[in-house]
Amino acid sequence: MSVLFEVPGPRARRLTRIGSGVAAVAVAAAAYLLVYRPLADKGQFSPAMWGPLVDPSNESFALVWQRIGLGAANTLLAAALAIAGSLVGGTLLAVLRVQLRAAQSRRFAGLAAPVALLLRVLSRVLAAITRACVEVFRGLPVVITIFLAARGLPELGVSFELDLWYVVIGLTVYNMVVLAEILRSGMENLSRGQGEAAAALGLGTAQTTWTILLPQSYRIMLPALIGQLVVVLKDTSLGFIISYEETMVIAKQIIGNLGNPIQVYVVVGAGFVAVNHLLSALARHVQRRLAERPGR
Amino acid sequence: MGVLLDRFDVFAGGLWLTLQLCLLSATGALLLGTVVAALRISPVPPLRAVGTAYVTLFRNLPLTVVMFFAAFGLPALGSNADFLRIPGLDVVFDRLGTDLPYFRFAVIALTLYTASFVGEAIRAGVNAVPAGQAEAARSLGLTFAQNLRSVVLPQAGKAAVVPLGQAIIAMIKNSALAGFFGVVGDLSSVADQLTSVEGEPFLPVAVGISAGYLLMTVPVGLFLDRLEQRRAVLR
Repeated sequence: MSVLFEVPGPRARRLTRIGSGVAAVAVAAAAYLLVYRPLADKGQFSPAMWGPLVDPSNESFALVWQRIGLGAANTLLAAALAIAGSLVGGTLLAVLRVQLRAAQSRRFAGLAAPVALLLRVLSRVLAAITRACVEVFRGLPVVITIFLAARGLPELGVSFELDLWYVVIGLTVYNMVVLAEILRSGMENLSRGQGEAAAALGLGTAQTTWTILLPQSYRIMLPALIGQLVVVLKDTSLGFIISYEETMVIAKQIIGNLGNPIQVYVVVGAGFVAVNHLLSALARHVQRRLAERPGR
Repeated sequence: MGVLLDRFDVFAGGLWLTLQLCLLSATGALLLGTVVAALRISPVPPLRAVGTAYVTLFRNLPLTVVMFFAAFGLPALGSNADFLRIPGLDVVFDRLGTDLPYFRFAVIALTLYTASFVGEAIRAGVNAVPAGQAEAARSLGLTFAQNLRSVVLPQAGKAAVVPLGQAIIAMIKNSALAGFFGVVGDLSSVADQLTSVEGEPFLPVAVGISAGYLLMTVPVGLFLDRLEQRRAVLR
């Protein structure tokens, strides 16, 4: 129960019921006049429009759903590859940035003066470069990174047979940076004692990061990671700009043949909402479980 | 790199159009998002259900689908979104008044989509206010509206700024999709136009387009980072 208001009493409940009833009638009337009638007049509810999608005896039904299945499989494939790639790349990037930050405060005292100076300058320069990369790729739209991958990589002599890889690269570049930042802030927000205890036990910087900080940071970021999966699933639909055969491109092909855009997008949209809603629910569940567990 | 200087007007025009799209959609999304947040925290259960349904729907749909719905659904309903041809406003935002409706469709799609994230950001801000504040206000006899207006919302604003800013940054980036949905002349369609139609070299165009988006997103991001750091010290 919300703390913002009292539990509604009998009078408020009665008012709510009456108000909802009136509002429901008004909304239904408006929907009928403004949505149903114009659509029905244009024949948008006719069997010719819906049949291929909902009527198993329709001649196109099997083919349509076979194509949608293919599109869904391609969407999931691209999303899975992208999230796996971003996880690996994001982890490496986060560790690199934490290490570089640690290196910046080191004086390299045991080494000859010129070498130490060089190392210190190098760590600063590398830190600045990785920081710039993060800012750039975090600030670019994913459509643009996919576009850049599809057009730019062949120009640089890297080309792939499958459009899939351009989509995956475009998605990975962006989400890798996002995950790296989540992981890094997770590591930096751990209590200082974690790193200090590791140092007291004689672990080096790299060992501390890999065995102490990173695993804890993963646990904290698990809900955010699942949330990012929702983002990736939605963003694979951007593959349509290079005609990667994911769900949206398949939808477009079906529409090209059957001429029923509204119906196809209703079905495809419902699929997206269902899958993503389940994933979000999973993320919330994991978060609650993690919050319950003591001694983090 | 010559193309950057020779076609500077094209890049600048693209940036300006994207900026127009973002300004309009951000305004719309902030207004609609506030309404959605109000629905989600309202004391009336059916209104809460409406708010939740809105957020569930638009947060889980890809923007691509929302854009397609705007582009196919609105014409089927017999609307060219002419209600957005607001007199006076179309002097500055000249695309609002054109006969081609795609800019208006893009504004509508971006507004609807972003409003769900804005609503969640505001609600998160309200939830971040310590429960004792609202309880104290209630024990003083303040009504729901008074409670929100004079106790909860002023404090919620602080906690909501960063997530709100992030929603706006995401919206700026999402606006790139408009160029692939018939809006001619925004930054992303400039990229396509210059490289594939006019055959300009790819790399300089890519640099120009990226710079345009970064010019809008990075300053906002840095500002939010600073805000967050300052708050972390305060806590």
